[in-house]
Amino acid sequence: MIATVKRVSSFSIAVCAVAIILSILLATCIGAVGIAPSDVFASIAWHLRIPFTDQSVGTSDVIIWQLRLPRVILAFVVGSMLASAGAAYQGTFRNPLADPYLLGVSAGAGLGATLIIVTGSNPNQYLVPFGSFLGAITAVALTYTLGRSAIAGRSSTALILAGVAVANLLTALQTLIQQQHNDRIREVYSWVLGTLNTTGWSDVRLVTPYICICLVVLYRYRRVLDVFGVGDEEAQTMGLPVERVRATVIIAASLGTAAAVSVTGLIGFVGVIVPHVLRLFVGNSFRILVPLSIVFGGIFLVFADLLARTVLAPAEIPIGIVTALIGAPFFLYVLGSRRVGGIS
Amino acid sequence: MTKLAVANLCVDIGNKRIVDDFSLTITTGQWLCIIGPNGAGKSTALKALAGVVPSSGVLLIDDRDLSAMKVRDRACWISYVAQDPIMPVGMSVFDYVLLGRTAHLNLLATESNYDLETTENILQELALDSFKNRSLDSLSGGERQRVAIARALTQQSPILLLDEPTTALDIGYQQDVLDLINRLRKDKKIAVITTMHDLTVAGIYPDELLLLANGQIVAQGSALEVLTVERIAHYYGARVRVIIDDGKPLVLPEHMDRQA
Repeated sequence: MIATVKRVSSFSIAVCAVAIILSILLATCIGAVGIAPSDVFASIAWHLRIPFTDQSVGTSDVIIWQLRLPRVILAFVVGSMLASAGAAYQGTFRNPLADPYLLGVSAGAGLGATLIIVTGSNPNQYLVPFGSFLGAITAVALTYTLGRSAIAGRSSTALILAGVAVANLLTALQTLIQQQHNDRIREVYSWVLGTLNTTGWSDVRLVTPYICICLVVLYRYRRVLDVFGVGDEEAQTMGLPVERVRATVIIAASLGTAAAVSVTGLIGFVGVIVPHVLRLFVGNSFRILVPLSIVFGGIFLVFADLLARTVLAPAEIPIGIVTALIGAPFFLYVLGSRRVGGIS
Repeated sequence: MTKLAVANLCVDIGNKRIVDDFSLTITTGQWLCIIGPNGAGKSTALKALAGVVPSSGVLLIDDRDLSAMKVRDRACWISYVAQDPIMPVGMSVFDYVLLGRTAHLNLLATESNYDLETTENILQELALDSFKNRSLDSLSGGERQRVAIARALTQQSPILLLDEPTTALDIGYQQDVLDLINRLRKDKKIAVITTMHDLTVAGIYPDELLLLANGQIVAQGSALEVLTVERIAHYYGARVRVIIDDGKPLVLPEHMDRQA
């Protein structure tokens, strides 16, 4: 199918909104204790003090408001960020295999989190996110500086190669530190494999503002991402300040990704799979892919987390494993079942 | 009427001077063609005019300094089609041609109805309107070239640079594209600068030829003035005959046996 420039219809916006609400509702209702949708509505209405509603809550309010809903919302926000960052990276680098971790975000975050976990005797709830965020940002800054240096040749390929080098270096450091601190290895692993196990709204409050700003930036640059498709040289002759725009998109995608992984740990595959599956259905234009990645990246992670906490209940599967386990086969299935003109 | 004046343009890549002291003047409606043997610096000279390789020298458009302009302003004056333009996989012809409006849009803006209309009109003019929903990867070589030219035209700049527009095309498509360029420069009052390696074709269409060797202009003028047997032997190392037909030089390669 070919994407053609169309104004986004109010119908498609409505469909997306309904899909978001339904998936959040469904994921909130299902769990160790089943909850009726009406209880979820009652709980939300009571906590948000929505007037003209039945101002009473049931006994399940604690489960809904303290456990399920924050977790589901966090999954949605993080999924949106990872998927749209993936789409943005794929656009700016004209590389369909680009993912949000391309420039070393994950390795930096992993090193930062590991350092905090092994040095603190009882790491503060906010200290690990802070450490991983700082690590992620430092890694991207390092990659960017190396990739833009005259030695590297200043091409976008140089940037990707610098990312590979920085990621390998930081992962090696992280592994070294991890091996030196066997006593904390479980905590490190559980962070690295990713978890959405959150209690209350603090994590959501911590990252949502950053992620929202980054999502707005990526959304606003969606048309420009299509211009990158003609290659740097021609894009420049068409009036696109290539370097400046690429830097802006990288900063937004990396900051948002860093914020996301800082509270959830490393969740892989979302950033590659969601935009790719979408492009099989709606074509390759980023002006459609970016908004849809925001919507369906969120929904994807909400359902992935639902599986993570229900399949082996009461045990929980790390979310990063779930996204890989369901994402990779699904991706291959879609790839095989359609004639693919979109991937090259 | 717009005038592009280039003086003493030099391009260095590494320690090597690729384009040396390159100068030209062209006004809208004219067609100038840069010829020269492989590696002479034709494409690099064109890229320097397009502003995608760093260069020194003076680039004036209607007495305004091009090299001091922002990328977007410059794109309003000069458009460029690469030798083998990269076409985003899976994108439709319409979406691709619409990208040419980038120079006229704010970075974060989306296209207005005017932009969509301009694109429609240009597709129509180039007889591409029946193609507009087709995917770029389904196009033949000749169609791709037309579509790339359409994209450059939606940019609505007075100067159009085309790097080897006919290289990959068979003779019918070549003629088709060259006729199109010829019509556009007259109807739309566009100044066209192309590079070409087929000397006979270069002798037929453009007004003026510019022969480049080792980065330097070694001959300049009408096809009859530039395309001589001696020059082609000297700069291309080729044995040719030049036949004048209807005032145009036809360059024919000569078989080794005939020379003896």
